[in-house]
Amino acid sequence: MSRTAAPATMAATPKDYKSDIKPVWCPGCGDFAVLNAITKALAFLELPREAVAMITGIGCSSRIAAYTSVYGFHGVHGRALALAAGLKAARPELTVLAAGGDGDGLSIGGNHFIHACRRNMDLTYIIMDNEVYGMTKGQASPTTAPDWADGKLTPRGTGIRPFQPAGLALAAGASFIARGFTGDPNGLAKILVEAIRHPGFAFVHALSPCPTFRPEQMEWKRQVRGFDIEPTDDPVEAARRIQADDGMSIGVVYRNAYPVFRPGGAGGESGGESGGVRGGGSMAAIERELRL
Amino acid sequence: MAAEHSCDISLAITGSGGAGAITAGELLLELAGRNGCLGMMRRSFGPQIRGGEAAALVRISHRPVECMNDSFDLLLALDWRNAERFAEEIALRPDSLIIADPDAGAIPEPIRALGIELVEVPMQALARDIPAGRPNLVALGLLAHWLDICPDEAGRVIDHVFLGKGEAIVQGSRQAFVAGFGHPVIAQARQARPRPDGNRVFEGERWDLSGNEGCGIGALRGGIRFAAAYPITPASDLLEWLAPRLEQLGGSLLQAEDELASINMVIGASFGGVPALTATSGPGLALMLEAMGLAVAAEVPAVVVNVMRGGPSTGIPTKSEQADLNMALYGLHGDAPHLVLGALDHADCILTTEWGVRLAEALQTLAVVLTDQNLAQSRVLIPEPAYALPDLPARQLAGPGADYCRYALTDSGISPMAIPGTPGCTYVADGLEHDERGKPSSAAADHHAQLDKRQRKIAGFDYGNLWADVRGTGEIAILTWGSSAAAAHEAAERLSRRGEAVRVVALRLLLPASPEKLAQALSGVSRVLVVEQSHGRQFHHYLRAYYDVEAETRVLARPGPLPITPGEIVAAIENWS
Repeated sequence: MSRTAAPATMAATPKDYKSDIKPVWCPGCGDFAVLNAITKALAFLELPREAVAMITGIGCSSRIAAYTSVYGFHGVHGRALALAAGLKAARPELTVLAAGGDGDGLSIGGNHFIHACRRNMDLTYIIMDNEVYGMTKGQASPTTAPDWADGKLTPRGTGIRPFQPAGLALAAGASFIARGFTGDPNGLAKILVEAIRHPGFAFVHALSPCPTFRPEQMEWKRQVRGFDIEPTDDPVEAARRIQADDGMSIGVVYRNAYPVFRPGGAGGESGGESGGVRGGGSMAAIERELRL
Repeated sequence: MAAEHSCDISLAITGSGGAGAITAGELLLELAGRNGCLGMMRRSFGPQIRGGEAAALVRISHRPVECMNDSFDLLLALDWRNAERFAEEIALRPDSLIIADPDAGAIPEPIRALGIELVEVPMQALARDIPAGRPNLVALGLLAHWLDICPDEAGRVIDHVFLGKGEAIVQGSRQAFVAGFGHPVIAQARQARPRPDGNRVFEGERWDLSGNEGCGIGALRGGIRFAAAYPITPASDLLEWLAPRLEQLGGSLLQAEDELASINMVIGASFGGVPALTATSGPGLALMLEAMGLAVAAEVPAVVVNVMRGGPSTGIPTKSEQADLNMALYGLHGDAPHLVLGALDHADCILTTEWGVRLAEALQTLAVVLTDQNLAQSRVLIPEPAYALPDLPARQLAGPGADYCRYALTDSGISPMAIPGTPGCTYVADGLEHDERGKPSSAAADHHAQLDKRQRKIAGFDYGNLWADVRGTGEIAILTWGSSAAAAHEAAERLSRRGEAVRVVALRLLLPASPEKLAQALSGVSRVLVVEQSHGRQFHHYLRAYYDVEAETRVLARPGPLPITPGEIVAAIENWS
């Protein structure tokens, strides 16, 4: 595979965005379909590989960075969104995607998730949700149902109600919320295209079954259905839809044009209110302040 | 020596919250500066967020000073509320002077028991007679007169500070200053004791600098254009200083949700090619340690300024200690070679931070720059700082191309880094062990090769002569680091004046260690006094781990919160027998 970017005149293909590294995932893992959907979306958008960065944490799904051919960072557990925020702040012109699992994003990284939602930087975040910690071989996650008794740390079930990721994102102020399913990779790719195009923080909750530790999730393909209505920009209506749903409806549920946060006003629109003149100062002027 | 005494005055101004002790101290230092003096000021607060007692500890000298003296010549109490809280911080001598307000209540018994001369001035009453007049400005006038500071500059200094608060405040402040300056008791008090010489002595350019500001300047000079910030005392002022200034230079600061985020934001920005830094203190550094290991493994330049405070746990957040050394040296998991530097004084905060940034960039690794509360939050008036860093290569970047190997096993250990946006060089930075291309690998050969590479680039680099500040000769050496160096230098000067030659070796580069250079710096030394502000002797243990010090060694190690004074060090050397 050539490592140079596809010229703009040549239509990009999903394969151009895949690396030659063989995934560690189990056969039948939903994450393969997420990888396919991401590469399809990038090809559809014809983004040069070098202009995209895929940032991940730790876990089965977080391995995805290495399987793409864009720039990537496979960091520490739970911190993908913090890495992504720093990268986007420094390099606003890049298309920055972050991805990881339900444990990575909603347990150890839960604080970063809610703050990324409210910060509304122009990032796309994909949680590949299989309701289990797979890499550590089968513990309950924040999205696991309370009565799942196969978790090795919770042999009688967690007894704890799971997070509702879409509802959590809405409450935390995310400006784009969608759910996709790996059994419908084309639909997921379409959602990802919309998410990447959305100016602001786009959260994509991807239902991604784990055939190894949650084989019952193979039934998901019979349970998912599309949201039968258009996305709303009304958070109250979005909350009603999310609450009324059993978590198996897929599609874009909510989209809002909140101001996009750019630290220091990078890239044009203003972010924080620091009173500084962006780029208008000099080191000499700053040092003069310290003279008696 | 009256002349020497007169040129080096230490004053303390205390008062309850809102009394304006800190403002008076800041104005006094600025006024002394405009009169040609140099000096230093430390602020001391009680634990309250607002409204607690405060003390301004001011030292005014004709020579640069970088630490407080052992005792105070004068205590001015705007009132006595909770004044006993400062008793251990403000050591008075029998020949010191106390200025107090007779209307502020009885002098606390422990202070009265010292039998120190007391001059009473009704500062509150004098201020009451002046519209918008304040007792702390009366106090400023009293102290300016006592120091024989030419009052002409006072109006300008007051204007400078109060201009934004309206004409009435400016006029009231000026009049209150005059009321204090002209008060007759000071003239009498001055006759009884050696007086400072108010002549203009220093004509060169001077800076008014805190340690945190010094780190900020050093960071910007080094090229930092992104910072991530989570507030923590006593590092917040550094981050607050950077926020608008980074924007002025076209960079940005991002307030993080916690320290776990801030260090990762730094790594993300630096991965994007923008030199990046965060600042924190002990508990925050503890939270950052995991990702600091990531910066080492993924070879992403990252700088953490850690402003040490009393620990462990929340400890004493507003006071100083040198006890995060172990964490900075050894806190990373795995075998993770990195850089640890310690700033030695206020001006050195600039040098050390700039050097730390440039080293992190050149070596594509993590640099921890250690300062402490004592250094970070005190201000000095010093001659304009000047230093020269050796030429350091910038971050080595990969150009567009094919067949890119991010972690190539080069002779130097440094591999060209591709910045996102560079065509043909896409790669995945990884905290997983990896091969030369960055592909995850658990193979023994890859692990060994990458460990060697990361060690080689740091161990093999030539750090030149900035590894330590070595001054003086003599068979006795003080071996120290960080802000304790200032007290060590002053102690050595005192001993030298008494005919005892003492050399001071203050380590600026702690990791990697420089055992051969230290052995050379200590050649001919028969006695070494190790000085550090740590109950657990962390610096001494570090020395024993990395260096062979052959001379007879003793340790002056004690915890914070009070800074180590020159007198303590002099006593330790004089009592060596």
